[in-house]
Amino acid sequence: MSTVATETQKETTAPQNGTPRREHYVSPEVNIYEIKDGYVLEAELPGVNKEGLEIEVEDNTLTIVGRRVPSEVKGQALYRESTVADYRRVFELDPAIDAAKIEAKLNQGVLTLTLSKSEAVKPRKVVVND
Amino acid sequence: MNGLTRWQRPDLSAWRLFGLRDELDRLFEHPLSELARGTSNFLNAWNPAIDVFEDTDNVIVKAELPGMKKEDIEVSMHEGVLSISGERKNESEHKDAHTFRSERFIGAFQRSVTLPSAVKDDAVQAQYKDGILTVTLPKAEEAKRKQIEIQAN
Repeated sequence: MSTVATETQKETTAPQNGTPRREHYVSPEVNIYEIKDGYVLEAELPGVNKEGLEIEVEDNTLTIVGRRVPSEVKGQALYRESTVADYRRVFELDPAIDAAKIEAKLNQGVLTLTLSKSEAVKPRKVVVND
Repeated sequence: MNGLTRWQRPDLSAWRLFGLRDELDRLFEHPLSELARGTSNFLNAWNPAIDVFEDTDNVIVKAELPGMKKEDIEVSMHEGVLSISGERKNESEHKDAHTFRSERFIGAFQRSVTLPSAVKDDAVQAQYKDGILTVTLPKAEEAKRKQIEIQAN
């Protein structure tokens, strides 16, 4: 599985008035491991809960978008280091991965995706008929 | 009102693992303002982002700490300085598997924030949700703004 260029800006057209709206995204940090029969991807998305998470697979491309929960803090900001932007990262998948068998778990802002290779790709022994 | 941040020696082993080109690509993915302030994770070891807010009754400090267990986070107060520290251990069951990419940080962090006003030490609350630690510190009575009545003569 290789990672393709990560885009940090994406232009989208807002359906209402047709003017392009540039959305700013920040790339989340990820760990990618290869396990038996597949891969595991861990992405850090602090401030994102299940409702704000969008995971899409199209052809061989996996797109993860995490929309942050809007901050409920009503006060005035004295000092900010965190970014307000949402998270987005695009990956190019190994064609052996079965898109229907992707499992996702979100725990304390960390998304863990388990991607399994499809059955057909695994080595199979062929029995010779007499 | 900057808090004390621990200076970390740049983790140069990361350069060997990913290659210079990769690290430069990552440089542009992160907001450059973070890099200038030294708060980004780019060169240092883990340096989680901290926000400080204030309203009439409370001082609120938020820290981005995804993927931790609340037992591994320590929050303490001493003489008007709030300290948040902790350690993320590599307990992932996949740590022995072949790793393609390892951008997440493992290890200890420590951030301190000098609070803008006096707070009630024993009424401080902390909550850890969606990977964000929110510490709410109610202001001490004498620190709250007081309205002064204007007498009309």
